[in-house]
Amino acid sequence: MKRLLLILAMAFAVPVLADDSMPPAPYAYRQLENAAQEEKAQALMVTIRCLTCQSQSIADSDASMAGDMRNQIRQRIAAGEDPEAIRSWLIARYGEYITYTPRVTSITWPLFAAPLLLFAMAALLLRKRFRRNGE
Amino acid sequence: MSEAAAPKASRWALWLPLALFGAFVGLVAWNLIHPASSDVPSRFVGQPLPQFNLPAAAEGRPGLSRADMVSGKPKLLNVFASWCVPCAAESAQLAQLAAAGVEVDGIAIRDHKADLAAFLQRNGNPYARIGSDDVSAVQLAIGSSGVPESFVIDGKGVIRHQHIGVIMPDDVPKLLAKLQEAGR
Repeated sequence: MKRLLLILAMAFAVPVLADDSMPPAPYAYRQLENAAQEEKAQALMVTIRCLTCQSQSIADSDASMAGDMRNQIRQRIAAGEDPEAIRSWLIARYGEYITYTPRVTSITWPLFAAPLLLFAMAALLLRKRFRRNGE
Repeated sequence: MSEAAAPKASRWALWLPLALFGAFVGLVAWNLIHPASSDVPSRFVGQPLPQFNLPAAAEGRPGLSRADMVSGKPKLLNVFASWCVPCAAESAQLAQLAAAGVEVDGIAIRDHKADLAAFLQRNGNPYARIGSDDVSAVQLAIGSSGVPESFVIDGKGVIRHQHIGVIMPDDVPKLLAKLQEAGR
């Protein structure tokens, strides 16, 4: 009986909303009036990671926190702040993880070195073959 | 592969693709069983709190500004919201910390006054002050990536420790130790 009641309770459970019901921030979904500034903001927003949906950029995400981040980025760019200064401000708080534009650091250098290394290796291996064909 | 090259290939080279495939499967399996943490720790630990001044979020509790946090005594800054389901699970632990003499200050993220009042009515109110952050501005300024999160702030307003997620009963002694450490 208890089990049946439990199953019935589960069947009629109301899903709990795990998001807020606040209206979005002023510039979360509204573009800046100045097209050049909006373009700058957009270019920055597509390269900033959403912290709620971690594989999306804040430009793609409908998470409320991403909306608040877009709002803040648009307002700061409208106030004349440089996009790279805003990126640095975010990196100072969330680390390199927040940006989709990796920089060369002590951990990321293999990313940049690997293609060069592979190209050099391929050239070395194929050198003989090219020479043979040339004869 | 040309037919002439096949007999020349040594034995181990023949097994190499399979070995590489096995290593790849192993790597995938390992990461499926032990998924990486999705927590994003704040890089702002060790930095002084930024300037902020938030209006009151609840009746009977004043709002929260940076000046309120710089009082010479360490405090716990709890970032929460009434719409955040796990936040209700840490209220007993916050009450326990408050009973131990810790000042717990809250920042309510994107919260309606009525919802927050009902939340505090239901789960108790361990907060001395609650500031209302409707556009997550202070949350972003201190490097917090979600709710709930708690920060140990020392008497000078410097962030000394970040706790990501719900404060479980086991975490209370740890946080008390961090608060004591911040008071030294």
